[in-house]
Amino acid sequence: MVKVAEEWLNICGGCEVTILDIGEPLLDLLPSLEFVHIPVLMDHKYHGQTGEGDPNVIEIPEADVGIISGGVRNEKEKHVAEAMRKSCKTLIALGACACNGGIPAMANMDTLQDLYSTVYKESESTEVSETPAENLPPLLDRVYAVDEVVPVDIYIPGCPTNPALIVQAITALLEGKPFELPEKSVCDTCPTKREKKAAEGAAIKRPLDSVDYDENDWENTRCFMEQGILCQGPVTLAGCAEKDEDGTEVPRCVKGYMPCRGCFGPVRKEDNPMVSMMGALSSIGFNARDIEDRKATLSRYVGAHNKLRPMPKRPGE
Amino acid sequence: MGKTLTIAPVSRLEGHAKVTIDLDDAGNVVDARMQTVELRGFERFAIGRPVEEMPRITTSICGVCPWSHHLASAKTNDAVFGVTPPPAGTKLRELCNSIAFTEEHILHFFFLAGADFVMGPDAEYPVRNVIGIAQANPDIGKKVVRNRHLGAKMLNIVSGKTIHPVTAVPGGFSKPLKEAERQKVLAMAEEVLEFAKFSMSFAKENLFPKYLDVVKTLGVINTGFMGTVKDDGTFDCYDGKIRLMKPDGSHTDFAYDQYLDHISENVLPWSYMKFPYAKSWGEGFDMNLDAPKGIYRTNTLARLNVCDKMSTPLAQAELEEFRKEFGRPAQATLLYNWARLIELLHHAENAVRLLNDPEITSKETRVPVTPRAARGVGCTEAPRGTLIHDYTTDEKGMITKCNLIVGTTHNNAPINMSVKQAATSLIQNGQYDEGILNKVEMAIRAYDPCLSCATHNLDGTIAVSLEIKDADGNVIASMRN
Repeated sequence: MVKVAEEWLNICGGCEVTILDIGEPLLDLLPSLEFVHIPVLMDHKYHGQTGEGDPNVIEIPEADVGIISGGVRNEKEKHVAEAMRKSCKTLIALGACACNGGIPAMANMDTLQDLYSTVYKESESTEVSETPAENLPPLLDRVYAVDEVVPVDIYIPGCPTNPALIVQAITALLEGKPFELPEKSVCDTCPTKREKKAAEGAAIKRPLDSVDYDENDWENTRCFMEQGILCQGPVTLAGCAEKDEDGTEVPRCVKGYMPCRGCFGPVRKEDNPMVSMMGALSSIGFNARDIEDRKATLSRYVGAHNKLRPMPKRPGE
Repeated sequence: MGKTLTIAPVSRLEGHAKVTIDLDDAGNVVDARMQTVELRGFERFAIGRPVEEMPRITTSICGVCPWSHHLASAKTNDAVFGVTPPPAGTKLRELCNSIAFTEEHILHFFFLAGADFVMGPDAEYPVRNVIGIAQANPDIGKKVVRNRHLGAKMLNIVSGKTIHPVTAVPGGFSKPLKEAERQKVLAMAEEVLEFAKFSMSFAKENLFPKYLDVVKTLGVINTGFMGTVKDDGTFDCYDGKIRLMKPDGSHTDFAYDQYLDHISENVLPWSYMKFPYAKSWGEGFDMNLDAPKGIYRTNTLARLNVCDKMSTPLAQAELEEFRKEFGRPAQATLLYNWARLIELLHHAENAVRLLNDPEITSKETRVPVTPRAARGVGCTEAPRGTLIHDYTTDEKGMITKCNLIVGTTHNNAPINMSVKQAATSLIQNGQYDEGILNKVEMAIRAYDPCLSCATHNLDGTIAVSLEIKDADGNVIASMRN
């Protein structure tokens, strides 16, 4: 029996729903797992069930495996991450936010003051107000990935991740084996046809019209990037594709005839996807400078670790 | 001043919240409030982004209702670009919306709030949850897990990505539905419809009658309601006009882009989450339990109260029965759970209806769009209530301004009032225990609040923490979820 504790920090809840999306195999795993703390499903409280504990100490029961989703945005979440690390032998960062900051880390492009001002002073539907501050945990200066706050043992990235990867990681842990995703890119798992050069006359376009595709044959569907639609497959870690009943595995956004936006983060942890992507584009004959809103687009899911920082003021600000 | 209780965090809901309850010397409730303690800033970091990327960015406001944000954002894009999607594009969006609703309502009823009814509000916490339900009733547990998962599987087949989807695009839907896929999904939708029927009768026979006294008293407040209806007043969760109903049942309908004339958002110093109210009623904002001003509610109960009828037969029959028993508008807070099961039935019926529509497999699902300077407002009904996206773009189609009002935010004031009502009636003369505190949380859970959504502007945490302070303000005990 493996004891599991789960916590969510600066989250949307999608990673927790992904755990449920394991579906019926989850019922097979459950007898081997004992959840000792998981606020989304269970009423275990931080300071004892009737509140006699020390209010300054967050109590997480001892667990073999700890799972944290979400990045770290405020003081309280920092303390929860620290308590989880203390109580859990192995700590898993689940999802893009916990691993790399995720979409909420796009907030790292602005100062806190600008954020407050947009929300409480400039919103058209809102009565102009001071930032609420009464008995509320202060926000940190920016959004942090979990490993910027406490050491992490296992990373399961993705926005959200793939349910099959959660099963693989838990099964590996149950068997005492290591878990790590192979260093492959989304392109390595993509069935579209590549010629390693831009299609004739193609320039980088925004996805304002459909890509060309053959709905019955991926072999007859040209790589979206080569068609000129910005696709971050070349610099994004593979792992999102779920196996269909017919055995095919297609990266999930590609399956919807939409380009990859990099939610699994870089292929190698130390890579900077923006830099790698600019190289990948020029190698097939595109000019990366044609991309609108380049920095925010290419770093959309990896804004922690100082990859996104406040930009120079916009005109008129 | 006696002491302050802080319940933190509230559990079995999405996100983080904390409830503070002030008691006087005799141990009776003076005040109670739910504080949201996070802020994420989506409205800020939307600025400068290409507008067509917004349906893929705003999804991360909520991983439980990503389809609602995805579709509201795509509809706002349609308005900004000035296009109308082809019929199949609209129908595929609506299909995904209904499937997502079934998944979401199963999740809330059985995984989150339902344990309070199935296991009982005073059951021990280690079994007062879905795992407890599954162990006590393995057959139901299996059915619940399977049918929620069928929703995810259907969305996967239709769109390729279930959570944080990508296929609703400005001008339509990027992936047509193949005939073979339609057949596969239809079989699954029919199974979910059977489950929806089972859930409705199971709850009406086994769960609600047992707790009818609690349903009629816990967290009950008197408010107005808001939801979306078609031109003829029919219930709709994808498109229509917004209907704002006063507590007396009289109502006004308005188009999406008129929302600023009707709604204003108040800010209070103790919560990052704002407090919207009906500005068009001209009475201001007040959360006084006996004389509330400007307060309306959204989410399941609100939608059933504002609509004149349902578009599907089984849900219509249930609505009639519901109205006969509880009136219109029904005010009891726990009826949100009952209304949720009627909606589950409607969306399962609606998914089957759409999948039988020959047009759903048309290849024409999308029209191309050209950037321009414009402003667009797009709305859907998210499971938690009316979702409003409002974008302004420059001539390149980059966002210059973004305003969002999400489902749970509308319910911020009502949730606070229900918490106060529940705490006041349950905690008397300093007497409270875990079961009583859980009942206060039940009043919150009825609203199925999504605190990640509600703090899109800040950072997503509503913690319910309960702190007990002595007369000198020292914390002597506390609990959190």
